[in-house]
Amino acid sequence: MNVLLDNFSLYGKGFLGTLELTLYAGVLALVGGVIIAGFRVSPVKALRVFGTTWVTVLRNTPLTLLFFAVLLGLPRFGLRLPFTTFAVLALACYTSAFICEAVRSGINTVPLGQGEAARSLGMTFIQTLNLVVLPQAGRAVISPIGSTLIALAKNSAIAGSFSVTELLGTYKPLNELGYSIIWSFIWIAVGYLIITLSISLLFNVLEKKMGVVR
Amino acid sequence: MSSALYDIPGPKALARHRLYAWITTALLAALVGWIIYMLIHTAQFESTKWVPFEYQGIQRLLLTGLANTLKAFIWAAVLSLAFGALFAAGRLSEHRVIRWVSTLVVEFFRAMPLLVMIFFIFIALKVEPMMALITGLTLYNGSVLAEVFRTGVNSVSRGQGEAAYALGMRKTQVMTYILVPQAARAMLPAIISQLVVALKDTSLGYLITYEEFLYNGKLIATNLDYDLPFIPVVMVIAPIYIGMCMLLSWFANWLARRERHNPKTKGTPVATTPPQQI
Repeated sequence: MNVLLDNFSLYGKGFLGTLELTLYAGVLALVGGVIIAGFRVSPVKALRVFGTTWVTVLRNTPLTLLFFAVLLGLPRFGLRLPFTTFAVLALACYTSAFICEAVRSGINTVPLGQGEAARSLGMTFIQTLNLVVLPQAGRAVISPIGSTLIALAKNSAIAGSFSVTELLGTYKPLNELGYSIIWSFIWIAVGYLIITLSISLLFNVLEKKMGVVR
Repeated sequence: MSSALYDIPGPKALARHRLYAWITTALLAALVGWIIYMLIHTAQFESTKWVPFEYQGIQRLLLTGLANTLKAFIWAAVLSLAFGALFAAGRLSEHRVIRWVSTLVVEFFRAMPLLVMIFFIFIALKVEPMMALITGLTLYNGSVLAEVFRTGVNSVSRGQGEAAYALGMRKTQVMTYILVPQAARAMLPAIISQLVVALKDTSLGYLITYEEFLYNGKLIATNLDYDLPFIPVVMVIAPIYIGMCMLLSWFANWLARRERHNPKTKGTPVATTPPQQI
């Protein structure tokens, strides 16, 4: 208990760092993932190829390697940004591939007839998208997106080893101060559990509100 | 291509799509061109940065790294399959206490970030890097696999188990002769997708100084004599990592496709949605 109370500001900083990484990377990944999913279902072949390559490569890249390439490689490439920004970018790119797959399979669950019916009623593309396809696809993707975001929160721990302030990194100063290493890890674990459980709670509520049985 | 969003294109739409295709291709070509320009501009193709890859010592270093990665992966794969089978059996058990304990263990290890567990084992329990990595991978992937196994066994239609009991089989016999063989068929793609995750996560060993592929790559990349060849190292290592994972993913997809066309399993729904490959 002492470990937490004595170092509340340190833990708070780490907790906020993890929260910040998760939030920024999550928003970026959602936007990017939806765009790439749009590419993957588009009738233009070049866009589809780009989308497929993006997803296949990123899904098969170890995240540590991606961090290594982005945080240590890109500065050699002439791109200099703060480490936190780099970490957010790496996490967002990685997660966007999984979001894209979730969204794409959501769009694919909408039966063809729905789109055909909408068009035969004279709806434009935007209307078909907004009024018919997205409301149905959106419900199907809530829970896979939830588990992707939980994984994102857990993956953000890797950033700590690349000198970004986040929760896991707090064990180091605590260790140097001579606090019980086991207890400092227990509080780190509690911190992560708080974040992942709140995400899963949020998405459970969302699913209950919006989900439908089909 | 058959999605609810688009109609079959007419001549006007086709012309428009062609235009979009050209614009996309031009933009992508520009991007690739810029990357190549930057690579040359920042002198990434200088011989000082590439010569080390011709040295035998460096090649041996990379190969030992690769071998260590594969060693950790194979150990982790075998152990997590065993762990998963054990705890899936625990969660399916008829004894309440065993069920609760297994559920608690599985849910806890699934909820914890893998890296936190690996660090905990490495730093707090002072285990050597390789064992720490393998243990962490086993606990996490084993827990996920336990869930895969459990849903797989539960998805076999109830009549199968009931018929077996009616024939007088014991619980173990029903499990090993009836339920598991049918479940295994449907679960195999999901299991292999999870092994891809384990393979990807062996690179976490880099963070606890386990001498695996990425770690040995870093040793080369941080060498001043070779002019810090970070990007050449990434260009050598990344295709190998991605290639290995893609091969395994492709194998999982192939199995899944074969299962779908297999007359023996036709009509039975495939048990599990493949787990999120993260």
